[in-house]
Amino acid sequence: MSDIFKIGERTFHSRLIVGTGKYKDLQETADAVEASGADIVTVAVRRVNITDTKEPLLMDFIDPKKITYLPNTAGCFNSEDALRTLRLAKESGGWNLVKLEVLGDEKTLYPNMRETLVAAEVLVKEGFEVMVYCSDDPIACKQLEEIGVAAIMPLGSLIGSGQGIPNKLNIEIIKKQSKVPVIVDAGIGTASDAAIAMELGCDGVLVNSAIAKANNPILMATSMKNAVIAGRQSYLSGRMDKINIASPSSPVKGKIN
Amino acid sequence: MEIQLNGNAYPLDKECNIDDFLSKLSIDKTKVAIELNKSVVPKDKYSVTKLAHKDVVEIVTFIGGG
Repeated sequence: MSDIFKIGERTFHSRLIVGTGKYKDLQETADAVEASGADIVTVAVRRVNITDTKEPLLMDFIDPKKITYLPNTAGCFNSEDALRTLRLAKESGGWNLVKLEVLGDEKTLYPNMRETLVAAEVLVKEGFEVMVYCSDDPIACKQLEEIGVAAIMPLGSLIGSGQGIPNKLNIEIIKKQSKVPVIVDAGIGTASDAAIAMELGCDGVLVNSAIAKANNPILMATSMKNAVIAGRQSYLSGRMDKINIASPSSPVKGKIN
Repeated sequence: MEIQLNGNAYPLDKECNIDDFLSKLSIDKTKVAIELNKSVVPKDKYSVTKLAHKDVVEIVTFIGGG
């Protein structure tokens, strides 16, 4: 069956988006991205190293013509910095699909939703397709959707924590009320977390640390790819009802005795 | 003259446009974006945008991130 992943006007095959941070080197990053089967990778916008302009760049390893670059605003703690960063990103690559994240606190990297909403509104008016890292608060998510964002990306748990999705109920509520794609961003620690996100009905999952910090990142990238596919298929299949007593799988009729 | 380049003072012996400046730094313009005094400079304006004394220039690219 066809199961196209649509964000704004674009369509993708893979529902796994991967981050490109925290890898040993750029080759490992590229290998992990390939193993993950992701069509979209998140990237950060940073100053060029002026003292060594021959230093290899991410673009030399991951071709932006083949893989969609999703520039982020990681490290921005106010809407102004986030807007500056994404305007530069747009000029650099000509992309208008971006990931907005405005952080509220260095310890938790929890989103500052007031600043996030301000920046999202400006970006939508400027013609960006904005995917937004946000809290798992259904009201904040609804406000983002009303602004016209392209995708809502609530955190499963804290960025880089690997704690999975402790509050599945909120993610489920957000998915049920949203007309735009819902992608669990942050907190995924292992393949089962990604599968759970997909089984909750989410449209996609964004994973970085769980792959980059695994002992074998390439194998974990493959595992995440399979988990997202498995979770999605499980969701689409419609799981069986849970019951509180056993129900034998083998027929009772015709038993010898 | 002197400009602020990526947060540091950078001497320039003569006035030049952004295209020339990137060539001097051996930077491929297709891989970067430039902000001049907090405004993004479109790539097609690099050849006509001159850098002046005390200009604040940021040259950025994409790096690994989550």
